[in-house]
Amino acid sequence: MKTRVLGVAALLAVAAATFVALAVVPADLNQGDAQRIMYPHVASAWLAYLSFGVTALGGIAWLWKRDLRYDAVALAGAEIGVMFTAFAIWGGMMWGRPVWGVFWQWEDPRLTTTALLLALYVGYLLLRRLTDDPERRATRAAIVGVVAAVDIPIVHFSVEWWRGLHQTATIASPDRVLDPAAPMAFVGTLLGMLGAFTLAWAYLMIRRYQLARAELARQERVRVELLAAAR
Amino acid sequence: MTDAGFVIAAYGVIVGGLALYTLNLWRRLRAVGRDDRAP
Repeated sequence: MKTRVLGVAALLAVAAATFVALAVVPADLNQGDAQRIMYPHVASAWLAYLSFGVTALGGIAWLWKRDLRYDAVALAGAEIGVMFTAFAIWGGMMWGRPVWGVFWQWEDPRLTTTALLLALYVGYLLLRRLTDDPERRATRAAIVGVVAAVDIPIVHFSVEWWRGLHQTATIASPDRVLDPAAPMAFVGTLLGMLGAFTLAWAYLMIRRYQLARAELARQERVRVELLAAAR
Repeated sequence: MTDAGFVIAAYGVIVGGLALYTLNLWRRLRAVGRDDRAP
């Protein structure tokens, strides 16, 4: 019931944040309407980081505690993180074409490291399909999930460490939220979109976790039935 | 393509993708529940 309420709240929040971003907040003076893409683009990138961070923590918890519930959390984070990374890349491409003149540039460190992040976690999901043994699968996935998470800070700080097309961080540090370089209307809209997408993320994480647990229970039941039939 | 076209393409895929993933998740959860109830 609580999860259902969270789902309805997330739906309303995403709808409201999208309406504000598209129809209420003014267009940027220099970039025009294309700048409106920034709101879901940044929110998606933040949730990609968060999801893969959860996957890494879930993997570490599995390796430590040997409880498959942590592996289910890690799986939920990876699948949802792949989706949000794809959204961030797509939004960036749609924003980049009118502003930079290109959809993509492999020389840009932020773009390339983000593409690598996507490839790493698609690989994580594919790796999980290689074995039906839940414990072996969880261990292999945990190692890959933790190693792949090294790319998260590289993606984030790539705009500071190297030169490229991509701008530096939209909100560079928490103390700049109330004293931003951008107009407050833009920052408020961005924070609203971040909040709405984070609500949706929380709802999807709970549902994906429930699915992973249900699938694991079904797999275990089938295994027990097969063993009983063999005897 | 105009700026508005890029904005529509971005929001369409992101918000639409979010909705499609949610529907797909519900469908998968229902399918697992149905299998559990099967004799």
